[in-house]
Amino acid sequence: MAPHDNRRPFKRAAISDQQKRRELSLLRQAQNRRDAQQQARCLASSILSLQSAAPESQPEQSDIELETVPEAEQESEAFSKDLDVRQASKLRGPEVRKWFARQLMLPEWMIDVPDRLAQDWYVFARPAGKRCFVVSSNGTTVSRQRNGSILHHFPSALPAGAKIRDGSGSAQSYCILDCIFHELDQTYYVIDMVCWNGYSLYDCTAEFRFYWLNSKLEESGACNAPSHYHKFRFSAVPVYNCDQSGLHAAYTGVVPYAKDGLLFYNKHALYQTGNTPLALVWKDENCSQFVIDTDGKGEIPSQQQVVLELQDDRKLVTSDDPPVLFGCLDGDIIEKSGLHTGNLLRFAIGDGGLSFVDGKLEKADLIYLGKSNRARAFADSYSKGFQLKSL
Amino acid sequence: MAMEITQFLLAAQSADAKVRTEAEARLRQFQEQNMPVFLLSLSVELSNDDKPVESRRLAGIVLKNSLDAKDAIRKEQLVQQWMAIDISIKSQIKETLLRTLGSSVPEARHTAAQVIAKIASIEIPRKQWPELIGSLLNNMTQQDKPAALKQATLEALGYVCEEISHQDLVQDEVNAVLTAVVQGMNLAEHGPEVRLAATKALYNALEFAQTNFENEMERNYIMKVVCDTAMSKEVEIRQAAFECLVAIASAYYEVLEPYMQTLFQLTSNAVKGDEETVALQAIEFWSSICDEEIELQEFESPESGDSGPPHSGFIEKALPSLVPLLLETLLKQEEDQDQDDTIWNISMAGGTCLGLVARTVGDAIVPLVMPFVESNILKQDWCCREAATYAFGSILEGPTVEKLSPLVQAGLDFLLNTMKDGNNHVKDTTAWTLSRIFELLHSPASGFSIISPENLKRVVGVLLESIKDAPNVAEKVCGAIYYLVQGYDDAGPSASLLSPYLTDIISCLISTADRTDGGDSKLRSSAYETLNEVVRCSNIAETSSVIAQLLPVIMNKLGQTMDIQIVSSDDREKQGDLQASLCGVLQVIIQKLSSTDETKTIILQAADQIMLLFLKVFGCRSSTVHEEAMLAIGALAYATGSQFEKYMPEFYKYLEMGLQNFEEYQVCGITVGVVGDICRALDDKVLPYCDGIMGLLLKDLASSELHRSVKPPIFSCFGDIALAIGEHFEKYVPYALPMMQGAAEICAKMETADEEMVDYGNQLRRSIFEAYSGILQGFKTVKPDVMLPYAQHLLKFIELVSRDNQRDESVTKAAVAVMGDLADALGSNIKLLLKECLFYDEFLCECLRSDDEQLKETAGWTQGMIQRVMVL
Repeated sequence: MAPHDNRRPFKRAAISDQQKRRELSLLRQAQNRRDAQQQARCLASSILSLQSAAPESQPEQSDIELETVPEAEQESEAFSKDLDVRQASKLRGPEVRKWFARQLMLPEWMIDVPDRLAQDWYVFARPAGKRCFVVSSNGTTVSRQRNGSILHHFPSALPAGAKIRDGSGSAQSYCILDCIFHELDQTYYVIDMVCWNGYSLYDCTAEFRFYWLNSKLEESGACNAPSHYHKFRFSAVPVYNCDQSGLHAAYTGVVPYAKDGLLFYNKHALYQTGNTPLALVWKDENCSQFVIDTDGKGEIPSQQQVVLELQDDRKLVTSDDPPVLFGCLDGDIIEKSGLHTGNLLRFAIGDGGLSFVDGKLEKADLIYLGKSNRARAFADSYSKGFQLKSL
Repeated sequence: MAMEITQFLLAAQSADAKVRTEAEARLRQFQEQNMPVFLLSLSVELSNDDKPVESRRLAGIVLKNSLDAKDAIRKEQLVQQWMAIDISIKSQIKETLLRTLGSSVPEARHTAAQVIAKIASIEIPRKQWPELIGSLLNNMTQQDKPAALKQATLEALGYVCEEISHQDLVQDEVNAVLTAVVQGMNLAEHGPEVRLAATKALYNALEFAQTNFENEMERNYIMKVVCDTAMSKEVEIRQAAFECLVAIASAYYEVLEPYMQTLFQLTSNAVKGDEETVALQAIEFWSSICDEEIELQEFESPESGDSGPPHSGFIEKALPSLVPLLLETLLKQEEDQDQDDTIWNISMAGGTCLGLVARTVGDAIVPLVMPFVESNILKQDWCCREAATYAFGSILEGPTVEKLSPLVQAGLDFLLNTMKDGNNHVKDTTAWTLSRIFELLHSPASGFSIISPENLKRVVGVLLESIKDAPNVAEKVCGAIYYLVQGYDDAGPSASLLSPYLTDIISCLISTADRTDGGDSKLRSSAYETLNEVVRCSNIAETSSVIAQLLPVIMNKLGQTMDIQIVSSDDREKQGDLQASLCGVLQVIIQKLSSTDETKTIILQAADQIMLLFLKVFGCRSSTVHEEAMLAIGALAYATGSQFEKYMPEFYKYLEMGLQNFEEYQVCGITVGVVGDICRALDDKVLPYCDGIMGLLLKDLASSELHRSVKPPIFSCFGDIALAIGEHFEKYVPYALPMMQGAAEICAKMETADEEMVDYGNQLRRSIFEAYSGILQGFKTVKPDVMLPYAQHLLKFIELVSRDNQRDESVTKAAVAVMGDLADALGSNIKLLLKECLFYDEFLCECLRSDDEQLKETAGWTQGMIQRVMVL
């Protein structure tokens, strides 16, 4: 109703930083939200495609012909579309830890000798170092540890692992390698091959995977010395049949890396995520410097420790499927320490040790130490407990 | 039946607070007991010439406020309340008001006119007061009615026209109203009071007169009367007529052509010789024409020349006479205009208009202005030097870089020297001109800058010297530094050019912020805001140590604000302003340093102390949270990630306070954003706080008091929470999902004619989709079935949105993504639902054809997810 004020901004300083800060905050938040949701999408879809891919085609163990490739290609296309490594490199949070933890094939402790060891199993000396997934795609390579944290982000000679001109690594191509990063010589020792150049090897036998690994890795130039487009050297490990001489070679043979036990792989086993009895680990003081746990400073704690997961009903269980019950926690400890179902708890094994009856755990003398490191993704397996007992 | 309320109305204005409070309580009691009678009593009080003017005044205000409110929801309540009143009482009130138009007391007449318009705004569109227009017109057509009644009647007509649309009346009535108003402006028939009232009524009725302006004859007549009135001998009437012309320039630009010759003469004479109040309106006429032409130019689509309204090129045609006219005004400065914010004079208006003219015509203005600049820039009289500089500064936006850069190149050194001029006013304008040069002609990021690496040193040197000058000059220098550094943002290798000067620039800005001679806090906040831009635009690799050193300095300053002695509310406000500036700087530093892994540790190490300071800032107020501190905390949560958990027990109550701040809705909105930051930082560790947060967010959504702009972010925030806590969101589903469904239904019914509503609708839809995405993803691996009952509604909503051609790109992206999330989370469970859907194939195809890579990628993913569901 009043005549409008005709004043206009005059020699304005024109700085409205508060509004700018608000808008920048909103932009950042919107971007973060998009990233978080996008991550959830990528993760989920890759879990699903891996699971649905696994049971379908099972090539014969001897069938290493390329005829199997077209089938694998179809699956892998679906996979590569879903897994965006640029996104994957930003992953974080508990979902991510859970996911990565589930993606690696994890050996059980060898507590007895499997049947047909000599015929059906491979053995090799496990390099000491950080177990990780190495993923190359879209011109970059990311290595990620069991807890999901990124170890390195680098260019490599793996297919699609660096931004270089030659057309060999098409946009669709990618690799996923199961590796151990050996600090001393800054080398990724490849202990298994999950996907190579767009072909999924999840549903291939260990025999095929190791064959493929040995031929392809060398070919790609990934075993060459580091250069501008290839920041870390990759190397295969010598794999032996589990006969007398193979075992001897793996156990005593000289390798360019520090050993951390022996790994046994069943030749017919597919790449199975999580704990599997088709992969086994053995450690003793001759083949590993880490027979027993060390603490953060590398010192041996006075008591051996085990990490267990707290269940709804106060029960403490291992990460095995089905979980093995190790004990029960007092209600008041739970209350005092503010523990929740699903917490991972660290226990010392007391003087009473673990008692087994007929190979089954009867009682364990557990002393509660506290919550486990946040980076920890899951409880120890039953076989770790068993191996501790056997010490 | 009206009550006697005079004594309470008078007591309610008493100086004695106790008397006042009691009277207010009694009035409220009357109101609650019997609203209709209370309103009737107010109208009777207003109409009675025997009552004191004070009680009548308050009666009018209370009556008006019982019919209208700024807030749309409150207004709707008042409308319903009025409509519920018994028709006989309403008639009595209306008759009383119409009678009051003839009161001998001007204030009572004026108030009655306003209240009549408020009732008209409710009743006329509903055809409930058909006799109003007739009785008002009757007052005008009868010769013997007193001038006072006619004056108030014209006022009432103007207000009524402003409140209603011409479509609410039949065309004959519209014509009669306008005839009455325009005749009221007739010199021969009426005295000055009536003519002034009629001119002001026309101003209010201009939009209402739309159909009359479309008719050439009627338009010619209206324009003739307005132009005649613009030459009245009474200055107030001339001013009112020019105000009409300004409004006509905006509303009826496309039909002005035949009148432009006359209008130029009229405005030109006014600018040259009329009183300042009139001259200002005359200049504003040209500024409004510029606004229209600039807007036409901006929205001009090259392929279809005939679709929009025509661009008449008035400014271009008037240029040779208009520019000299405006340049003359520049010489009429006032000595103290840079020190006083309330001044608005002819030279300020003229210079502003000159800037708009430059933006309208571009290069053509340069040769018309440069001779003026050259002939005045060296004169003895400061007015000439200032006017020359101001003219030069005003035309920097509009002309091409090619046209301007040789001139600026040649003049830059002169301007730098002028920062030592003896006159404050000249220095002020020179600093402002420098800031415009840096804003418009210095962009190393895009490869062009008027500043060479060689003369950067001199530029910085002059600015850092002049920032010590008088506060008004220093403030303009801050602006110049702001744009200087902004040019180096994202400027690749050029970004390093500024790095060597960073320490000096920062320390000068800090000293400037510490100055106490600024009077108000404007200089200080300019200095801090410039500091923010310096931090934002600096090259992090080269300057991280400088910024790291700045962090404790700012923290220390923020700490010191807690010790400020607070005696008055003024002190409290000053403390709050200073804290706002410092929290702003901290926010920018946190964001800058946390942008790289190497520098992030600096923030992580200081996080405890920073958070402690923010908590203390919150502690300085009792009921509201500090907006800037809240913004900064969002940045800190993002930087610290899961570490932020330890601050939650202390911080949580302020989060609650922020979420409950309906009045300062910006604060509420920012707090909602911070909840999202915290969810992403803490993941499932945010769980213990979720009951409280969700409760408040649901309350916010349900509130009619809270500004609607906060509501979309709340839905997005549901998604953030669900993504963080996964299956634990289940207990909120029965509350949150109905809200989301309700909002989706509101979107479906939303008005599509109103551009602002379309924007809001897009925001709302995007946020609802984001909420669904977060919730679906959160449940996906553990309890996807929880969402099964909601799938159909969501699909329907997506379908509806997919069919809307007004949806913007961000809505499309969110819709496609949520469809994939639905398929991903629910899998074969929704196979049947999807089979029934016919829309998604087409929608996906549309998205897959898009040029937007991100959209294509998401659509591809969604297609994969749906295919998987279909083959399972």
